[in-house]
Amino acid sequence: MDFSFMYKYYGFFVDGTAITLLLSLFGVIFGAIIGVIFALMKLSKNRLLKSFSTAYIEVVRGTPLLVQMYIVYYGIPRLVGVDFEDLTLGIIAISLNSAAYVAEIIRAGILSIDKGQMEAARSLGMSHRLAMTNIIIPQAFKNILPALGNEFIVLIKESAIVSIIGIHDLMYNTDTVRGNTFRPFSPLLVAAAIYFAITFTLSKLMGILERRLRAGDSSI
Amino acid sequence: MIQASNLHKKFSSLHVLNGINTRIGQGEVVVIIGPSGSGKSTFLRCLNLLEEPTDGEIIFEGTSITDKKNDVNKLREKMGMVFQQFNLFPHMTVMENITLAPRKVKKLNKEKADAIAISLLKRIGLEDKAHAYPNQLSGGQKQRIAIARALAMSPDVMLFDEPTSALDPEMVGEVLDVMKKLAAEGMTMVVVTHEMGFAKEVGSRVLFMDEGRIVEEGNPEEVFNNPKHPRTKDFLGKVLY
Repeated sequence: MDFSFMYKYYGFFVDGTAITLLLSLFGVIFGAIIGVIFALMKLSKNRLLKSFSTAYIEVVRGTPLLVQMYIVYYGIPRLVGVDFEDLTLGIIAISLNSAAYVAEIIRAGILSIDKGQMEAARSLGMSHRLAMTNIIIPQAFKNILPALGNEFIVLIKESAIVSIIGIHDLMYNTDTVRGNTFRPFSPLLVAAAIYFAITFTLSKLMGILERRLRAGDSSI
Repeated sequence: MIQASNLHKKFSSLHVLNGINTRIGQGEVVVIIGPSGSGKSTFLRCLNLLEEPTDGEIIFEGTSITDKKNDVNKLREKMGMVFQQFNLFPHMTVMENITLAPRKVKKLNKEKADAIAISLLKRIGLEDKAHAYPNQLSGGQKQRIAIARALAMSPDVMLFDEPTSALDPEMVGEVLDVMKKLAAEGMTMVVVTHEMGFAKEVGSRVLFMDEGRIVEEGNPEEVFNNPKHPRTKDFLGKVLY
């Protein structure tokens, strides 16, 4: 196997990795924020909010990310009447997609907390909001951390799909290198190694965070 | 202090409370006994609106709890509750469990809240557990902490929902001791329990419930030694041996 193309083309991989990291970071942040909102909407007693959130989650989970990406890419500029940068549209598509999965994870996490916890908090005179922020959400967060970490890893990998709308991420630049060097195979191995390095690091970091948070639970 | 009139509670087709009328006076220790499914826990949970009554009214210290205009959170500050499953907050230390509501709801500063918590811990003999987490404690210790947590809001009445039913037998005593002390200090208490000994010794009044109604009530001597209603006789015959 010959990796000598790396001398000339390593910059493509560096730039691509930077874009992929940027895309993933914003995707995770906005996905999490929008996800929390959808989760709270789905748990709320308001029928309208609840059905809107449910419908959104079902549609996003039931359609391919590729299709969603195209819909956002061609749809949003028309809808808003503004020409966004490709990267912005990529982040929007990824965030909107991730939000649906994050919402389901958070909802399940909140529902997994014994209802006695809410009752105990309310019986002490705490409002629903106070009980949620002090009692329910901190416990739910600890429970959903593994699932959330998994979702972030999926997001990083899935972000490769933005290459089809011409965003110069790691995957797109890898394809460029493959074309320029007439080597269809070995650049892919480099890309795979970089993706793996990113996700593996994240997975280890999540593991450390999890262990920290579990420090209080010595038994059971 | 608490007046319940014509209280009804339906869970879809199940009629759990079927017209409860009673009043609980200042300093009284009211013990509610009865077979499972008789509605005693539901009645207790209606008193602080953890269950919303389908019909009827509850008046607490002159304010209607069942009136939606009144702030239920404010009323709950005055009513402590102790649960069968303790329901301590597992992600917080004992100290944080006790001080959370005084600090967040009553807006006490940390020093004041801590001082209250420490004096309560001393009263229940667990000051050495202040920085332990709930899952490092035994069931009896957990329940005593839960009582302290409720007392930290200095409530006017304490509601106990089968506080010893989830405990190992050898731990029942330590929890009952705390409750006895509390009663002796003049706390108004409503206790749902299967501990007939406690009912006899501490109760100022016993309510016997069956099928969502108060079938018989009176002072413990009367109810235990000379029950009038056949359902009461039958129930006591089964539990007192």
